[in-house]
Formats: sequence, C-alpha cells, structure tokens
Amino acid sequence: MATTLQQSRTSKAKRYTPPLVVWAFLIPGAILLGIFLVAPFALAVGMSFTSLRLISPLPLKFLGWQNYARTFVDPLFRQALQNNFLFALVVVPLQTSLALWMAILVNQKIRFVKFFRTLFFLPLTTVLTVAATVWSLLYIPDTGFVNGFLRALTFGHFQPHWLYDPHFALTAVMIVGIWQSAGFQMVIFLAGLQEIPEELYEAVAIDGAGSWTKFRYVTLPGLRNTLIFVVTVTTIFAFRLFDAVYIMTKGGPLGSTETMLLRVYEVGFDQQKIAVGAAISVVFFLIVLVVSIIQRIFVHEEGGLA
Amino acid sequence: MSLIKTVRSPKLLAAPATATKSRFSWASLPRQHLVSYVFMSLLGAFFLLPLIFMVVGSLKPNERVLAEGDSWRAFIPTSVTGANYVDAFQQADFLHLFFNSVVITGSIVSISLVINSLFGYALARFRFRGRALLIAVVVALIIIPLESYVIPLLYMVARLQWVDTYQVQILPFIANPFYIYLFYTFFLNLPKELEEAAQIDGADLWRIFTRVMLPLAGPVFATVAILNFLSSWGQLLWPIMVTHGPEVRPLPLGVAEFQTEPPFHWGTVMAFATMMTVPTVAVFILFQNAFVRGVARSGIKG
Repeated sequence: MATTLQQSRTSKAKRYTPPLVVWAFLIPGAILLGIFLVAPFALAVGMSFTSLRLISPLPLKFLGWQNYARTFVDPLFRQALQNNFLFALVVVPLQTSLALWMAILVNQKIRFVKFFRTLFFLPLTTVLTVAATVWSLLYIPDTGFVNGFLRALTFGHFQPHWLYDPHFALTAVMIVGIWQSAGFQMVIFLAGLQEIPEELYEAVAIDGAGSWTKFRYVTLPGLRNTLIFVVTVTTIFAFRLFDAVYIMTKGGPLGSTETMLLRVYEVGFDQQKIAVGAAISVVFFLIVLVVSIIQRIFVHEEGGLA
Repeated sequence: MSLIKTVRSPKLLAAPATATKSRFSWASLPRQHLVSYVFMSLLGAFFLLPLIFMVVGSLKPNERVLAEGDSWRAFIPTSVTGANYVDAFQQADFLHLFFNSVVITGSIVSISLVINSLFGYALARFRFRGRALLIAVVVALIIIPLESYVIPLLYMVARLQWVDTYQVQILPFIANPFYIYLFYTFFLNLPKELEEAAQIDGADLWRIFTRVMLPLAGPVFATVAILNFLSSWGQLLWPIMVTHGPEVRPLPLGVAEFQTEPPFHWGTVMAFATMMTVPTVAVFILFQNAFVRGVARSGIKG
C-alpha cells in the first residue's frame, strides 16, 4: 500500500491544479484571515508605537518604545505578569500530573471506567463563565461549601476568605481552572496512552517490572510528545487567564488576581488607551510565542525517532 | 504510516472489553482495583459536586441556596420550586440571550466548517505555486491568539459602526488557522486512490470534494465543529467589548451581568447557568465518541 501511494504521488507531482479552482477554494478563507487576523495583528504591533486613543483631540504621534516603557513600570501590569507566571508555575505541573493520573486510572481494564471518564470530562461542558459563577458561591467564606467542608475537616481552624483574601484569591482561581479543564488534558493523555503498544508492557512484565518501573520506562517515554503538547497548552492557558478572574474577582483584592489580559481589557477598553492596550497585548503575544517555540524545539528532536 | 497507526486507536471513551463475562461482585475485586475505585470516586466527587450544586441550587428557593450552602444539604433538593426558571425567562430574558447565542454560535460553526475545510483541502491536495509557503503561514498564524489583536480589531469594527451587531460577533471567527490545519492534516492522510478513481470516472474537482472526500471526513468535521462550538458558546471578552445593550448579547454576558447588580438571586443565576449548560452537555453526549476519536486522529497532540 505504501508503494502505490508513493507512485501515485510522484506521477501527479508535476501537474498543477487550474489556478481558478485553487482560488475558489482559498479565497474566502484567505480574505477573512487577512481582514480579521493578519491586519489587526499587524495593527496591534503598529499602534503600540503610537499615541492612538479611541477619541482624542490630539494629533497622532509616533512614540517609539514609550508605551512599552510605561507598561513595564505600571505596578498593576507587573503584578499581572507575576500572577500569570505564578499561575503557570503552579497549575502546569499540578494539572498535568493530575490529568495524567486520571488518564492512567481510567485506562485500566476494569469496570465502570467509562462512567468515571465521562464524570472527569463533564466540567468541560460548563463554559468558564458558568464554572466561575458556581465556584464563587462555593467560595463564600461563611456559607460556602468549601469552607463548610474545611470546617468539618479542620474543626474550624482553617477558614480562609478565599476570593476576599489577597493570599488565597489566586489559589481559588487556580482550583477553578484545574477543575474546569483537567478533563480535556485527560482525554489527550488517553489518546497517547492507547498508542503505546501493549507488547512493551508485556515485555517489561516478563522481566519482573513493578508498576513504577512500567510507568517510568514505558509510559513516560511513550507519552513524551503528548506531555510536551499538554504542558504547552496548559502554559498558554495560564497566560490567557481572563474569564474566571473577570467573573470572580475583577483582578482584586489588591491586584492579587490581576492578569495580563485583564490589563489589556482595562487599559485598552475601559480607559480607551488603545495604543497602551496594544502594547500589553504584544507583550502577551511574545510570551505565547516563546512558549510555542520551546515546544517546537522539543518536539522536533523527537521527529527522528517517530 | 500515521494512518495505519490511528486505525488501531480504539474508541477512547468506550469501556475496554472485559475479559470475563462473569457477574460483578465487589468482594472478588483485587485490592489494587479497589484502591483505584476509591481514588476515582474521590476525583469524581470533586468534578461532579459543583455541577450538582448548580442544578440543585436552580431548583431551590433563592434564599436557601446560600443558607444551605455550607453543608451537604447544598447538594440535596430540600425544597423544589420552578420559580427560578420562571424568573430566568421573565426577568433575565434567557430566551432572548439564548436565541442570540444560537444565532452567533450556529453561524460561526456552520460557515467555518465550509470555509476552513475548503482551505485545508486545497492545501492538502492541490498543486500550485506558493503552496509550501502558504502552509507555513497558516501554521505560523496558529500561534497568534485572539487576545493579542483584540484591541485593534475592536478599533476596526468600531470604525465600521459594527458595534452591537451579530456580524461583529460572527465574521472574525470564521476563518481559523488551527481548524484549517486540522483539515489539512486529515485530508493529507487520506489515501489518494479514491479521488483518482473518481477522476478517471470523469468527476470534476468540486464533485470529488463533495461526493468523495466529504463523506470520509466525518471525524474531522465533528472535531472542528465541537471545538469551535465550545469556544464560541463560552466567549466572554469579545462580546463584552462589542455589545453595549442586551439586543445582541450572548449567554455568558447574561451570567456575568447577574453579578454586577444586587440583590443577587442565586437560585435564578443557577437556573440560568444550568439551562446554558444543557446544550453543551447534549452536544457532548451525542458526539463524544466522534469528538474523542477526532482528537486522537487529527494530530492535536502536536
């Protein structure tokens, strides 16, 4: 089969498709991508160097790096950046290992796993707005279930004020993020797990390997690319944090849940400082870009093996 | 190669075939399995309880939702009323926002399936100058998130006087480089023989696409439709920026709105949230196998 595929491919390689047909297939998408992605993105970079505001009596000026300089001395932006990094630092390892553990649990050949798979996946069907709303009730200090549960567990010794306490608000947001999206990562891990040939497990089992050895020397190496993918997606998710904080805290208390995208919204939309907002979003993009490049470097190495 | 590999990847959410058909009994379980069940139940509770709280809360009188919030009664319908649902319709205008969300998400999902599949197919199968470059551009564009150009996009649509319209919430989300890429890799991995046979039979390119390729492409269409549905249905940032009044607002804004004007009728909020979640649950239940198969097959894994 592989050889016939090869032959048919080479025999057709030199024939070009009629340009009219190519255009008909490509043009609708190309126009929309151009207008609604490429153009505004180029504009974002361009306007971040200007003095543009939504409504302004002053003439448009070229400011160079001034908007960026202003952004990086803004204490709220610094806090937002720090929060995003902290979120990534905590949530990425936690959620990735949780999702992997869930995937391994429900990948066993035992009864009812289908039921549990569906259960773990279910929070994903609530959009983040709904998830954040429901959790903000669970987090209410006096009458919320989270503290009711902790009261029973710690005899009333541990009663944080969650969304009202700068030391706990970000943690509360992290838990909602993990709750809502761990199921998606689990499904991706499941797909990866089922690609690992059963024979590999049988082979190490013959050598008398325990479950840790199997995990360490068969499962983990087999999931290498899946792991890289999940880590990348979760990292980018951490920097895109907006919906949950917008609903639950609006960045407070005392900026403890401020995020970069919340700053984009506050500066670029609320305060109508379009150019500064664009500068923040360009910084946001550069972080996403770096994360993606790191992913591609790691996956590329694997290319030769796969 | 990758095609052969994926064929053996089984339905992920379907239970694996159990070797024994004997009757189930907890007592005969190996200890290791019992431990697994304990862990899975604890995790299950963590994931399920907030959802139960939402549904149960939607059925309780408003004041009970918080009053009973800190005990296990939070998850038990201690007294049932339909008043919250009536309020969600009458006061929160659920039906209107639901209609808006259906129009917006429905248009995005259906139109984007057509446009992105055409683009992906052309990249995978046609021979033309600049094809390799175009593929590279599409892959590069995947990295750019909406949020990084949302401010100039807002500036553009404000200039066009598109604020408070449906099209401003639809048109920017039709063409999507990631979905194009999913279609592209899917079509690339389909064997070419079928198309060539159709070509010999005299079918033109359009017929080949609609009659030969589309029927085979169910899984990738399902994947893209579901991913797209989930992200459109939940959108918050963009609608906040481009809608000022309730006329064309989608559902997530309705939920967000509740928390800005006291007094908070939490039972009503939960009823609203529950009804908003029903379509997503329905889509998930109807298409879960297609979805998960699609995820596994489309090279989402990178």
